[in-house]
Amino acid sequence: MDGPGELRVRLRQAAPFPLSVEFSAPPGSVTALFGPSGSGKSTVLRAIAGLHRLDDARVACGGRCWTDTSTGTFLPAHQRPVGFVFQDYALFPHLTVQAQLALALGHLPRTERPTRIAALIALARLEGLAGRKPAALSGGEQQRVALARALARDPEVLLLDEPFAAVDGALRESLRHELAALRRQVSLTVVIVTHDFDDVAKLASHLVVVERGSVSAAGTVADLTARNAVPGLGGTREPAVALDACVVEHDSARQLTHLVAGTLSLEVPTVPAPVGSSVRIQIGAREVILASRRPEGLSLHNVLEARVLAVESGGHEALRLIHLAVGDSRLLSLVTADAVRSLGLGCGAPVLALVKAVAVEAFA
Amino acid sequence: MDWTALTLSIRLGLLTVALLVPVAFLLARWLAFGRFRGRGFVEALVALPLILPPTVLGYYLLVAFGRASPLGQAFEVAVGHPLVFSFEGLLLASLLVNLPFAVQPMQNALAAIPPNLRDAARCCGLSPLAAIRRVELPLAIPGIATAAVLTFAHTLGEFGVVLMVGGSIPGETRTVAIAIYDRVQAFDDASAGLMALVLLTLSLLALGITNTLARRVAPRS
Repeated sequence: MDGPGELRVRLRQAAPFPLSVEFSAPPGSVTALFGPSGSGKSTVLRAIAGLHRLDDARVACGGRCWTDTSTGTFLPAHQRPVGFVFQDYALFPHLTVQAQLALALGHLPRTERPTRIAALIALARLEGLAGRKPAALSGGEQQRVALARALARDPEVLLLDEPFAAVDGALRESLRHELAALRRQVSLTVVIVTHDFDDVAKLASHLVVVERGSVSAAGTVADLTARNAVPGLGGTREPAVALDACVVEHDSARQLTHLVAGTLSLEVPTVPAPVGSSVRIQIGAREVILASRRPEGLSLHNVLEARVLAVESGGHEALRLIHLAVGDSRLLSLVTADAVRSLGLGCGAPVLALVKAVAVEAFA
Repeated sequence: MDWTALTLSIRLGLLTVALLVPVAFLLARWLAFGRFRGRGFVEALVALPLILPPTVLGYYLLVAFGRASPLGQAFEVAVGHPLVFSFEGLLLASLLVNLPFAVQPMQNALAAIPPNLRDAARCCGLSPLAAIRRVELPLAIPGIATAAVLTFAHTLGEFGVVLMVGGSIPGETRTVAIAIYDRVQAFDDASAGLMALVLLTLSLLALGITNTLARRVAPRS
């Protein structure tokens, strides 16, 4: 099978609620449709899957057109190479885990199905649960079954509708880890609908912000977070840069991991990921201290030479959000207006960005 | 004890179930999932036999099946005997009279299937037909069983319509319900009592079977 293709989506409707959304998800990307509930995100997902028809729509994946209202093209949902994880999982109550998976394997010859079921069960860590019906599974197990079932068809595009909305706290975080791990094993394009920016910051490579039925921002997560340009967060979240970093080496003596993200080089507490693998890191603006001279005698691992790109209001009159360039990479720093004056932080000013190792949140 | 009447009733009941349930399932599915104008009207039409006096319904069927009607004439040309006062006429009347008993339980069962499950079936690659077979039918089984038993039991007990379109021809249209009435008229209380008891037992048995069946196959959720 050749790799996944680019997913291009253009949807418009006037009623029952106005919707005008256009975006593309690069092959192999995790694109998050982020926005408040009721903004039309789920409708977009359903339209991609062919479960919802709009008057004006075009959905194409790779070289193939799935929906095009201008030519009357509409590939029925069951013929689209799409895996769908529903918000409430939508597991069939009358079928065991094994039978749920078998149901989605209609594209394989009968003799190949048992092997594939076994592989999916191993992939989603469902060993020992194959004979259970959904009612006898925990919330997390149900989610893994839903994910395995969605992957059973070897989809080109995996669609996830608020996949963590039904679980909370620790389970949510562990499911995110599983999804991230799964992403590394299976090559496909993922579109995830969420109203929780944590999902975006930890899982997504690309971001499409949907507000009141239209796209208010789109781009890579790294770029949008670095520019503090994600609309709709409305003070619910401290500005933080989300970046993909590569694990360069583990220093077991010092229990540190060396990460490189673009031109940023960071030492952080040991990250449980193999050398060479990619991890998502987040650095909150509050955690980045600015200095004009190299400090001494501090418990600090990361002193980065930076340049001020811009100074914006920090959401409070006494605070300023400083946009920094570290080589080609970017950081945000939240400091007082007083510090801006005393350090002379104008645009282009050289400055040292101090990042505590423990302030770098790594998600593997 | 009129054994001919009993076997005729059971034959009528089984045939009605066998012919009606598949057709009523499709109708129920259309009413449960279809979005079209005039659905309320179709639903009312299906429910009509529930509230219409059997004699009124029987009268209209008698007119519709009669030798003067296109249906009656077509049947007579094709089969060689009139539709009214025949087993075939009785069966056709039974199919119509039992429509609400067959459609409504299945419609309710289908409507209770969460829409996401039907979407999930399609996203699993199931064609519409495969989705019916592997998802909708299994989930609607309690409703289907209820429809079958209600239809069967109601066919055994139907009196007014049978009398109107079938009369009381032994071996052709005389059902147990008619035979009981016939025996009571003839002051043969022993026969009437025995047949009433048989009908009562069959009805109880049928209800017991459906309830157990429905409970066993009903998905735990």
